[in-house]
Amino acid sequence: MSAGGEPPLLRVEDLRVEFPTEDGVVHAVDGITYQVLPGRTLGIVGESGSGKTVSSLTTLGLTRRQGARVWGRILFEGQDLVTLPEDRLRAIRGNDIAMIFQDPLSSLHPLYRVGAQLIEAVRAHRDVSKSRARERAIELLGLVGIPDPARRVDEYPHEFSGGMRQRAMIAMALANEPKLLIADEPTTALDVTVQAQILALMERLQRELGMAIVIITHDLGVVAEMADDIAVMYAGRIVETAPAARLFAAPEHPYTWGLLKSIPRLDGERAEDLVPIPGTPPSLIARPPGCHFHPRCPYAQPDHARIDPALEPVPDEPSQHVACLLQADVRRRLWRQLQAGDTPEQALSAAGLPGAPV
Amino acid sequence: MIRYIIRRLLWGVLLLIVVAALMFLFFRILPTGNPALLRAGRDPQPKLVKEIEVVLGLNKSLPVQFWDYMKEVFLHFKFGYSYYSQEEVRSLIAERLPATLSLTLGAAVLWIVGGLGVGVISALRRHTLADRFAMGGALLAISAPEFWLGLVLLFLFASDIGKLKILPGAGSYVGLTSDPWKWFTSLIMPWIVLASGAAAVFARLMRSSLSEAMKEDHIRTARAKGLPERSVVRQGVRSAINPIVTLFGLEAGALLGGAILVEYVFDIPGIGELNYKAIQQSDFPVTQGTVLLASMFIILANILVDVAYAYLDPRVRYS
Repeated sequence: MSAGGEPPLLRVEDLRVEFPTEDGVVHAVDGITYQVLPGRTLGIVGESGSGKTVSSLTTLGLTRRQGARVWGRILFEGQDLVTLPEDRLRAIRGNDIAMIFQDPLSSLHPLYRVGAQLIEAVRAHRDVSKSRARERAIELLGLVGIPDPARRVDEYPHEFSGGMRQRAMIAMALANEPKLLIADEPTTALDVTVQAQILALMERLQRELGMAIVIITHDLGVVAEMADDIAVMYAGRIVETAPAARLFAAPEHPYTWGLLKSIPRLDGERAEDLVPIPGTPPSLIARPPGCHFHPRCPYAQPDHARIDPALEPVPDEPSQHVACLLQADVRRRLWRQLQAGDTPEQALSAAGLPGAPV
Repeated sequence: MIRYIIRRLLWGVLLLIVVAALMFLFFRILPTGNPALLRAGRDPQPKLVKEIEVVLGLNKSLPVQFWDYMKEVFLHFKFGYSYYSQEEVRSLIAERLPATLSLTLGAAVLWIVGGLGVGVISALRRHTLADRFAMGGALLAISAPEFWLGLVLLFLFASDIGKLKILPGAGSYVGLTSDPWKWFTSLIMPWIVLASGAAAVFARLMRSSLSEAMKEDHIRTARAKGLPERSVVRQGVRSAINPIVTLFGLEAGALLGGAILVEYVFDIPGIGELNYKAIQQSDFPVTQGTVLLASMFIILANILVDVAYAYLDPRVRYS
């Protein structure tokens, strides 16, 4: 989130999204703010149910039909997408902002040829003939690295492999050369080797087409590869945001630590134990009071169940923001201990905090 | 695909042979009375009865009768002669086929268009007043037997006995070629009665099928592409239609069964009515002929469904 002079392409301000249900109001997104600069990549990281998908679907107005209540602003090139009428929003969808989804098999219509689905994406926003759109479809399939596109354009999604399907989804998203691509868990349903290919493809296309990317994932490895900036979401809020390199080098939030410690590393000096984050993400209907993470936080103090932390800049590091009630120096000591291989309990006592978590 | 269709047709013929054999057995085993006696008039001479038995071939042994019968049906497409009127069954059926085709094809159009149309509207406007009204009506239509619904409509709208005399009543059927307008108006109530049950089943099925289809990920993709909502719904209907096509074959059978009742209630001179009378009179050749014809239609409808399925879903390929 550099504070450069360039105006952001997308700026989300204090976005809140709620779904009224029979069981109560689901607070899916609870006041998040972020921005994406042209040609840059923002990674949004969090567990399932952290609100990351809902926030991006809301950007395209795709939560409207589900009865979502939306507050805040989503500014895209100066227009507020929250209040934009449906027909004008439709002209932006798939045109200026495109989106790809987690499971490419279920995201493609099984009964239509891949080519037909590409052609309709082109023709939804361009007044071109079917044959011209078909040429464009073949060109797009070639662009995303599908071999023999002139033949594969007439095949059905089930005749494609998983990686090919996601390539086809990306081709569809690129049909109208969007300024912003939102990729929601684009590699989660794919084999590891194919994941790397898809990420490399997205990076190449970003360079060639100059589009901005918002990549949503639970996988820090993916954002490490792709993102310029990272926002970590928990229970509908952004709990930490920083440039990617900074976030991996000096994470400030205990949840981010948990995420980092729960992924295997091959470059560690010794076989580090993986430390899973204890507990499960909270219900978005009845969230814990105070800091929403406190029931799962090994370092939580008694008053953290009362006080709601705000997302604030880290001392000496204006590009990094964190929403944590621990003192900055305490946090840094804890992270040093964790990096040295301490368990959270050892780190706690080394940092001089009362032992038992709340 | 061609091989598949040919194989299915051959199986269909085999099935018809089995149906014919079963029919033959039932009529010989069940106590239906001696057809020769029925035809010989009051207090017949035993000699006359014997002569008639010879004419009808009833004096031959059962296996020989069976063989003769099957040979006639499957090699010469002859169903024999009515025990009652001596008319050829084939011409009896041919005479009455137009009325039944008018009734069933018209009802099928109403069934599919009406059922699917109501289902789509209900699915897209779930939990609205229109949806509740449509689904309540569908439940009523499923529950109401044809003969009851037919009588109620006649009581309400028939030009002779109705409260609102707006439509021609029972026995008003005329052929399409003799008076198209009268043909059409006389069939309105029968069409509605015959189609209502199947249409209601289709409407309810389409509603749930389309509601599910509209939750699919690829519908979200279609919206994310910026397609107009009409196109999005069309894609949903396209996937929702497949499970319903399977049911078409089953409901086609129910439609023919319903035609018997509807033709009886509205006094339409069709195959169903012919069959009904033949059963009452133990007129075996006529019953056999009409039942075989109905079986053939149902078998063909089911083959059509399977072929349509392969066409509708590229993931299904028969070999």
